[in-house]
Amino acid sequence: MNNSSLNKVSFTVNGQTIEEEVASWVTLLDFLRERLHQYGTKKGCDHGQCGACTVLVNGKRVNSCLVLAARLEGKEVTTVEGLSSNGELHPMQAAFLEHDAFQCGYCTPGQICSAVALVEEGTASTRDEIREWMSGNLCRCGAYNNIVDAVSEVLDAQKGVRV
Amino acid sequence: MPGQLLFSSSSKQGSSCFVTNRSVMVDKCVGKSVPRKEGWEKVTGAALYVDDIVKPDMLHGATIRSTISRGKIDRITFEGDIPWDEFVIVTADDIPGENSTKMFVGEQPVLAKERVNHPEEPIVLIAHADPYLVRKARTQVKISYIEETPCLSIEDSLNKAPVVWGEDNLFKTIRINKGDVDAAQSEAEIIVEGEYFTGASEQLYIENNGMIGEYDAEEGVTVTGSMQCPYYVHPALCAVFNLPKNKVRVIQSDTGGGFGGKEDYPTIIAAHACLLAMKAGKPVKLIYDREEDMVATTKRHPSRTIIRSGHKKDGTLVFMDVDFALDGGAYMTLSPVVLSRGSIHAAGPYRCPNVKILGRAVATNYPPHGAYRGFGNPQSFFALERHMEKAAKQCGLTADEFRRRNFFREGDLTATQQVVQDRVDMRELLDQALEAADYHNKRERFKKENEGNPVKKGMGIAAFFHGSGFTGGGEQKMASIAGVEGTKDGKVRVLAASTEIGQGAKTIFSQIVADALKLPYDMIEVARPDTDDVPNSGPTVASRTCMVVGKLIQTASLALKQSLVQEGGLDEDYTPEQFAQACKDYVARNGKLRRYSQYEQPANIVWSDETYVGDAYGAYGWAIYVAEVSFDTRTYEARVNDFVALQEVGKVIHPIMAEGQVQGGVAQGIGYALYENIVWKNGRMMNGQMTNYIMPTAADLPVIRVLFAEQPYASGPQGAKGVGELPIDGPAPAIINAIEDATGVSVNQIPATPEILMKEMEAAGVC
Repeated sequence: MNNSSLNKVSFTVNGQTIEEEVASWVTLLDFLRERLHQYGTKKGCDHGQCGACTVLVNGKRVNSCLVLAARLEGKEVTTVEGLSSNGELHPMQAAFLEHDAFQCGYCTPGQICSAVALVEEGTASTRDEIREWMSGNLCRCGAYNNIVDAVSEVLDAQKGVRV
Repeated sequence: MPGQLLFSSSSKQGSSCFVTNRSVMVDKCVGKSVPRKEGWEKVTGAALYVDDIVKPDMLHGATIRSTISRGKIDRITFEGDIPWDEFVIVTADDIPGENSTKMFVGEQPVLAKERVNHPEEPIVLIAHADPYLVRKARTQVKISYIEETPCLSIEDSLNKAPVVWGEDNLFKTIRINKGDVDAAQSEAEIIVEGEYFTGASEQLYIENNGMIGEYDAEEGVTVTGSMQCPYYVHPALCAVFNLPKNKVRVIQSDTGGGFGGKEDYPTIIAAHACLLAMKAGKPVKLIYDREEDMVATTKRHPSRTIIRSGHKKDGTLVFMDVDFALDGGAYMTLSPVVLSRGSIHAAGPYRCPNVKILGRAVATNYPPHGAYRGFGNPQSFFALERHMEKAAKQCGLTADEFRRRNFFREGDLTATQQVVQDRVDMRELLDQALEAADYHNKRERFKKENEGNPVKKGMGIAAFFHGSGFTGGGEQKMASIAGVEGTKDGKVRVLAASTEIGQGAKTIFSQIVADALKLPYDMIEVARPDTDDVPNSGPTVASRTCMVVGKLIQTASLALKQSLVQEGGLDEDYTPEQFAQACKDYVARNGKLRRYSQYEQPANIVWSDETYVGDAYGAYGWAIYVAEVSFDTRTYEARVNDFVALQEVGKVIHPIMAEGQVQGGVAQGIGYALYENIVWKNGRMMNGQMTNYIMPTAADLPVIRVLFAEQPYASGPQGAKGVGELPIDGPAPAIINAIEDATGVSVNQIPATPEILMKEMEAAGVC
């Protein structure tokens, strides 16, 4: 590794402050997995095609394989590991469990992070809109119907209206 | 259908019966949608897939593959600005035992030595501690070849142009004969002929393949990774490393989908990781990136089917003559068994006195095609159900009436002369599915609405069946063993090599054991598949896990109970607490408490591998699928608007997961029909990315409405049959039939991408 390409960067991951030197080409996904040993965020394609590596940066969903860790100065990163606390599931995780919104589970952390951001974005209010706005997260097991059920339930609870 | 229950497990209904309280009522587990055993780990990110596992001092490996389809290896050079002396490098010369994966015929090398027979054939393995350096080094191993002419199509292979395998390119030929097709020619009043093509398709599990190999001079080799079949990997490693059984250990890590794609190829990856580990003296992780996984590992066999059928004027079948050919790729691997299933099902759920089926799996110079959900049947049923559509038209009958007249009735004989006795009436299933899809009303309405409308809508039907478990004598040969253990903590632990790959194996096993022992679901645990700990319950394939292995576990559970009653002083009428205490006491007193059960063929199953006559499967799942499709004459895009999937799969063990299996199979089937196109160039896959190999997203799919009819199967656990594969057999023909209904144009190849549809529509003068 060429030391001249190292960048000092400080940001938070699930509330914890990280201060590290990273090579400029290291993605957030590899940083999370290889440097922080947080393996909840999955690598499905490493090219921004499948959505399995979706995490939240300042509450917005991103493919962490397309974000360079060195660009995160001052940002807040939340991964699937940061959604639950003290054994309490985030409502979206609970809804995924309740609706069996996954099978093999590999795309699930990305689906859940994406869905959490979707609810915050306020872009989707119908089932078709949920399908559209969740279409960047591929699920080969084809659990889409149940994923939409789970997301609708959380949206419902938040808005107090039926989707 | 006496006693048959038709119900929908759609999530809305399902969620009300979903048991959120983790302590489920005793004796009511099967038939309920209990929480998945591994659900918590999967929603919190705690589940550990192979790439999430790190071993001390671990190196990272990579595979160098052939870039040509056929030829001799001339020279291998290590170039570039790479510190090659720091690398571990493995070639075929480093293999201590057999250079073979030992699948069926031991001819697929673990590493190519002198020649290559397909693109992406592994030749050299490298490993280093720095994964970034490995990525760079991988491109700097240069291999030159003396190229030879490849064979790259089914027709060329059948014409021996050129011969690339054996004497005639034929991996396997199957002949099924019932009645006398030649003699029946004169009885037919209408003859229908057609030729049908299906393309290769990629399983595209979201977790790529990967393995971690470890080697110890004393302990032997250990491999941990993503796989469906630990006991396929195990004997292969024994042969490759020339080690006895007890010096090879295979452990399944949490697996992110398989769909058949992790049936046979993981054996090669396991061997590679362990070869590197042996040479390095350190653990080696070998993880494929997406492109490597897509281009190098197995895909569904492309097919070409010619069907000639004879009918009476009223549409009834007089004979069927089917010529079914599969492109097996460069090595035999699983092609004979894929061909077997596809051939046996090729005449479909139709009564026909005279049937001739010729099945051939041929060699080409593509990477070997292998297992993918459905295993030959999606190819067979695409051809057959397109052909039935054509035959209906030629006989002047509607698609539904034609099928209704020809369906099996109880007591009929299948193509292999198996007596139909599943007590399922396909005519009733058809009526129920058409009603659920509002088929007749919609067809009538679309006919009017399509006039002058650039978007044309249509309805399509597919009728099919799918044998559960291994074909023919396969289960008897496999003689699987599964067991249960009473633990020192007073729990019951399932012991099977059947892997959880998303289909819910852990959950249904737990449900079956919970009910067999009248214990709460929470008292049941499932051992991780590890060849040092669990018996060989056979591979996780062929929709056999629930029906075959589930039954073994049920039987073993009763043996466990018997032991506790007879030797542990447990009262026949026990509470869960008393059962737990009896387990604890027994283990404290006698050590391990494990009971096993081995598969025995039910006496009424008779099959001949020589003649292909007899009971091809113990039981079948039966289905009618109905697709509503719209076709845009301006963009040539077809879209599925509504999908009804009605099936009979015996007792439904877990309604929401069974529904999930059907929705998943249909989703993949929609991709197979319309989107998933592999672009080949000289035998190489050119579109190994998810941006240009298009699988359906949430936005591409309709709501898939799932309906189950239930007719319990006597030899399955609580009456269950298989469900996993059936749902991918029907969507493609149903969708293409709907496109024909919408446009009048008969399309006989899939994937029916807009490019293909444009060609077909323009040729027919429709657009």
